[in-house]
Amino acid sequence: MSAWFRIANVFSRRLNDDIDEELRSHIEDARLEGRDPTEAARAFGSPLRARESVRDAVVASWLESISADVFFGGRQLLKHKAASAAAIVSLALGIGSCVAAFRLIDAMLLRPLPVANPERLYVLTYDTSNEHGQAVTGDSFDYPGFRKLRAAVNGQAELMAIADAGRADLTYGSDLEMEKAYQQRVSGWTFQEFGLKPALGRLFTEDDDRAPGASPYAVLSYDYWTRRFGRNPAVLGKTFHSAGLYQIIGVAPPGFTGTDPGTLADFFLPMMTNPKAINEQNWHWFRIWVHVNPGVRPELVEQRLRAALHTHRQEQVKSWTGTPQRAIEQYLAEPVHMEPAAAGVSNLQRMYRRALAILGALVALVLLIAAANVANLMTAQAAARVREMALRVSIGAVRVRLVQLVLIESALLAASASLLGIGFAWWAAPFVVGMINPPDDPARLILPADFRVTSFAILLTFTVAILFGLAPALRASSVKPASALKGGDDPNSRRRLMNMLVAAQVAFCFLVHFVAGMFISTFQKLANQPTGFSSAHVLALETVSERELPQQAWYQTADHLSGLPGVESASAAMWALFSGSGWNGGVWANGHSPGGSEVPPWFLGVSPGWFETMKIPLLDGRDFRPDEAFPEVAAVNATFAREYFDGGSPVGSSFETVQEVNGRITHVTVRIVGYVGDARYTDMRRPIPPTVYVPFRTMVGRVVGRSDSATFLVRTRTGNPLALASMLRQEVHRVRPELRVSNIRTQDELVRRRTLQERMLATLSLFFALVALVLSGVGLCGVLHYTVFARRRELGIRIALGARAGHIASKVTLEIFAMLALGAAAGLALGVASERYIAMLLFQVKATDPAILAAPAITILAAAMLAAVPPVVRAIRIDPAQMLRAE
Amino acid sequence: MPRQDSLQGALDLMVLKILSRTPGLHGYGIMTAIQNTSEGVLRVEEGSLYPALRRMEQDGWLKAKWITRDAGRRARIYELTTAGKKQLAAEETRWQAGTSAVNRVLRMA
Repeated sequence: MSAWFRIANVFSRRLNDDIDEELRSHIEDARLEGRDPTEAARAFGSPLRARESVRDAVVASWLESISADVFFGGRQLLKHKAASAAAIVSLALGIGSCVAAFRLIDAMLLRPLPVANPERLYVLTYDTSNEHGQAVTGDSFDYPGFRKLRAAVNGQAELMAIADAGRADLTYGSDLEMEKAYQQRVSGWTFQEFGLKPALGRLFTEDDDRAPGASPYAVLSYDYWTRRFGRNPAVLGKTFHSAGLYQIIGVAPPGFTGTDPGTLADFFLPMMTNPKAINEQNWHWFRIWVHVNPGVRPELVEQRLRAALHTHRQEQVKSWTGTPQRAIEQYLAEPVHMEPAAAGVSNLQRMYRRALAILGALVALVLLIAAANVANLMTAQAAARVREMALRVSIGAVRVRLVQLVLIESALLAASASLLGIGFAWWAAPFVVGMINPPDDPARLILPADFRVTSFAILLTFTVAILFGLAPALRASSVKPASALKGGDDPNSRRRLMNMLVAAQVAFCFLVHFVAGMFISTFQKLANQPTGFSSAHVLALETVSERELPQQAWYQTADHLSGLPGVESASAAMWALFSGSGWNGGVWANGHSPGGSEVPPWFLGVSPGWFETMKIPLLDGRDFRPDEAFPEVAAVNATFAREYFDGGSPVGSSFETVQEVNGRITHVTVRIVGYVGDARYTDMRRPIPPTVYVPFRTMVGRVVGRSDSATFLVRTRTGNPLALASMLRQEVHRVRPELRVSNIRTQDELVRRRTLQERMLATLSLFFALVALVLSGVGLCGVLHYTVFARRRELGIRIALGARAGHIASKVTLEIFAMLALGAAAGLALGVASERYIAMLLFQVKATDPAILAAPAITILAAAMLAAVPPVVRAIRIDPAQMLRAE
Repeated sequence: MPRQDSLQGALDLMVLKILSRTPGLHGYGIMTAIQNTSEGVLRVEEGSLYPALRRMEQDGWLKAKWITRDAGRRARIYELTTAGKKQLAAEETRWQAGTSAVNRVLRMA
């Protein structure tokens, strides 16, 4: 509102100056004529009153004309109820989708963090490559390195270590009542550096982050404090267990929910609460945030950090053994950048940046299609109103007034559409957020209806109103009364504009369909990729133990579960396939060594019986025995055999790998006892990696290994495996009281979540494709109706002279179908050109694939045929006698 | 449009007529012109002339611009638009009809 007042003020101040100057010049004239200046001034009365009365004349007449136009425009819209409703609904869909997309994009990518000086915030990244040699951006660092970097830019910038916000299991009371919350570890001085003040208690300081394990404190987010504790101040001093005991010392200010868009941190811990990792050079587990001091050039800080990191990495690689020289050189040469991070940084952001941009482009196209529809509707209506306009002009209406009249009508239309659309956006944006992550680990975004979103919606509404209102408005105002009242001079000129809009609509519609087709095909191909194991009826029980248990205990629990009613088989693994965890290792075998051309293999520790539970076929050899341990034996998959052993069964051969014993990397020899079928490990897109399965039991030197977490895989006999979930949860705790099941998911869901992005893109683009198709069909139908209306005299005469129905149909539709072809060709060109931007989101789909090209063409043609039926029927049914009489 | 009372109608008519005869007059000029043509019988109030000018400008009958006259003084001058000319014709007809009707009544009485 304040902006509006300012605009109004500027307007009125200029008007006042104008009036004052005119009145002054009058008095001056009077003086020059020899009149007494005081008398001349008095003639005006008080100067203020004089100005006001002049002003009233200006403003009142302006307001009056607007209110008259609003009244008249409203009546016009109500007169054509069906047409107005169609226009409002199509625009509402367009505007609503755009506002919903903006809310999402703004919340995920654009909105600055609620901290002091977000524009001076950066994160450190480096260019690196993944195990397939593809270039990727890395941004995780080790703590010893962080300390060196922080010292290197002391005085010019402050560095903060901030880990990813992640899900944690915690309990406030009894061990059985586990809850989930999102935790984020931050450097102690982060809150101070961000300029945040506590809502309750205190926030961390640098003193809370000095020595590993010394400050087991937690700060809650305001949101979590509200949700979990109803803002009870008694929460201070309360403790909770989450892999350690923490005391709550304060609550962060409202609005601050961490630095990961897509995840709202519920509580914060100091970095030092991860004591194992503090002195580890090879654990990369957090991002480095840079807050550049005022007046310091960021390039300077970047340079210093680059030099310091290079020195640190030179130290780091000294402890590496078995890494090829080439990989070391590459690691040392990786350039470091400071990326602006005012809007926060998260993996979700990186993953969805491109997808959201494409969705934004799709909704913009849908909006354009809707706007073209409304423009056509307005043009057709203006054509029907040409006599009214002619009358207005002939009784002395000014051009500007006519433009104002039609524009106000468009604005009314756009305003009602945007109200409806904003309602739609309110529902749609959270709905789309719900599609981003699986239900048990939802992406959470703050989607406020604040100034940014509101101003976007208002701006969009006005742009659209002008976009579709201006052309008809200008046209209506340029009406020539004489020829209009005679019956119109060039009935075709309007149709040319409408035809161009139809061609544009078809082009956009084609593009939307084309892109949607590629996404749908991608999703289908991915979802139908064979995984190599059977995920149906399998439950994954993520289980944690309060202290490390000998691995034998985990085996016993798995055995107990397999004997329960309704259970077909049960086993244990370090984690479930597709859980997101993985273990990469180097292998020396059959003349191959790490760093060669082979893809480095993935490792997974599993208990005996795991292959049977997962239904991964044993091709040769045998399963593990309960008393065998890593690094004694292993089973390998078919890809491993192909890459390292030239395809034959490698059972009986052995390979070397490394194991950490008492902090030292040692080479160990592993005997291959099993040869199993290929199974996917982490995702659907990449080829199946060479995989080495080893026993979950380990021997570290001569010591039996211990674990504090594992996942039980349970194959059930029931139709819905989740029916057994609570029974299994209780059984695990009953057999080994130290164990707690922290999360139960079906293996099906774990697999599905890897295709969520594709599913979302396919679903949403299908929705937009349908909307675009309906809108284009409605538009086409409307334009054809208008064509029939405008050419009714000609058609009537033709029918009177004996033209056949087919002849009339082709007369009416030929032009439009030419436009259709033109639009489709343009859409096709746009589509093929756009493939480059979406290629990274596609899977085994090419833009030049005939099926991908044909689908939109056929759908749009079919829809166009359907839309053409009513107007053509109307054209054929014209009764020449009646029509000519009416004229 | 509100119904204009006859006196305001008369002011509008006079302003339009004067501007149709001599376009490009400023407010003071219009005032003196009315005074002179009516041989001093009619005197226009400054307080009603300027609001009337602005109102007619808003209605699209007049257009105005600032010009610089001698000695750097600026003046806002007015002329008729096409719509203004039509309005003048209409008002003139109305006035003639009105006055002749009044004259008839006076003659009858």
